[in-house]
Amino acid sequence: MEFKDYYAAMGVARDATAEQIKQAYRKLARKYHPDVSKEPDAEARFKEVGEAYEVLRDPQKRAAYDQLGSGPPPGQDFRPPPDWASGFEFSGAGHAGPGEEQQFAFRGDASEFFETLFGRAGFAGARGPRPRERGEDHHARVMVDLEASLEGGARTLTLRVPEIGADGRPQLRERTLNVKIPRGIQAGQHIRLAGQGETMPGATQPGDLFLEVAFAPHRLYRPEGRDLQFDLPVAPWEAALGATVAVPTPGGVVELRIPAGSKSGTRLRLRGRGLPSQPPGDLYAILQVALPPADGEAARAAYQAFAAAVAFNPRAALGV
Amino acid sequence: MPTPDSAALAGRILEEEEVLSLERLSQLCGARASQLLAFVEEGVLEVLSPAPPRFAGTALRRARLAVRLQRDLELNTAGVALVIELLERIEVLERRLGG
Repeated sequence: MEFKDYYAAMGVARDATAEQIKQAYRKLARKYHPDVSKEPDAEARFKEVGEAYEVLRDPQKRAAYDQLGSGPPPGQDFRPPPDWASGFEFSGAGHAGPGEEQQFAFRGDASEFFETLFGRAGFAGARGPRPRERGEDHHARVMVDLEASLEGGARTLTLRVPEIGADGRPQLRERTLNVKIPRGIQAGQHIRLAGQGETMPGATQPGDLFLEVAFAPHRLYRPEGRDLQFDLPVAPWEAALGATVAVPTPGGVVELRIPAGSKSGTRLRLRGRGLPSQPPGDLYAILQVALPPADGEAARAAYQAFAAAVAFNPRAALGV
Repeated sequence: MPTPDSAALAGRILEEEEVLSLERLSQLCGARASQLLAFVEEGVLEVLSPAPPRFAGTALRRARLAVRLQRDLELNTAGVALVIELLERIEVLERRLGG
């Protein structure tokens, strides 16, 4: 297996103090935390850093890890020595109190290296094999198309589920689920699937599965809570004089009245034509005045006549 | 190995149908009740009724985010509140940019 250099992962020296390790962790966690980071590889880096910190923060684990030295020469496989960790006691060494879910985001997704050395009990606060009546609830984020919420209907979702393998170590399993998406669901809301969480041997009842929904970008509509917005191009005369124009809504084409004197950026509301939530959201058309190109004799003449007829200084507010 | 379930599973929208007790919310977040109550005090989470504390289903997302931030970034409650406020402001601004 691949040796993990936890000191390199955290960018600290091998003789770094506990305080220096903590500082390095905080700095890296702020940079790579998936909830706040815009770095492209944030999630992977955060897991790496979290795993390294889990070992280096704990004097027992760190001492055991340090016994391994800096690993085999590059390219060579790492095997733990046969007397690995004799005299060290990891289980229950976590800093979490009982019942707390204090494990890191990489739970169930730690490297083979970490799992081999520290096992599942190596996770701070990881639960021991004490019998429980109910399996744990699982959470996952899923991306669906906006139509799934507009129309409802089943979607096939692929989840990566951590579970305990036959060898007692956690592993990721791909799980494909066919899920009926509730009509009107909004981004950030959760679908609860009763009994689809963890199944524990010995537990009488499985946990629930919670799917946090996000929408894939849509060709026309931008969701905002239960409301939808879209850009509606209008001709200058439609905006200036008022008009009735055809607009696409999720339920089909409708006629929308553009009031005279509208400008780019004007928001027109189509009540109840957003997501079919309870109560339904609204649809907002955001006007974008589109200029006709002056690419023909007639169009050029019309622009010239317009310029001659109307005294208009678009830069009056600039004082020029 | 993917194992597709044959019939589509029907779920419910948690946020629309459920009022969450403090115990349920803490179970769903893997957090202590006292930690959640500290978030309430700081204004990160809103309660529907104070005694006993009950939460709208919509509190779940914020609660989980708050717990993750506190645990992974070792923030105090005020720090979590500030981060969430700023994240929400960024979200609004990015949407305004036409994201």
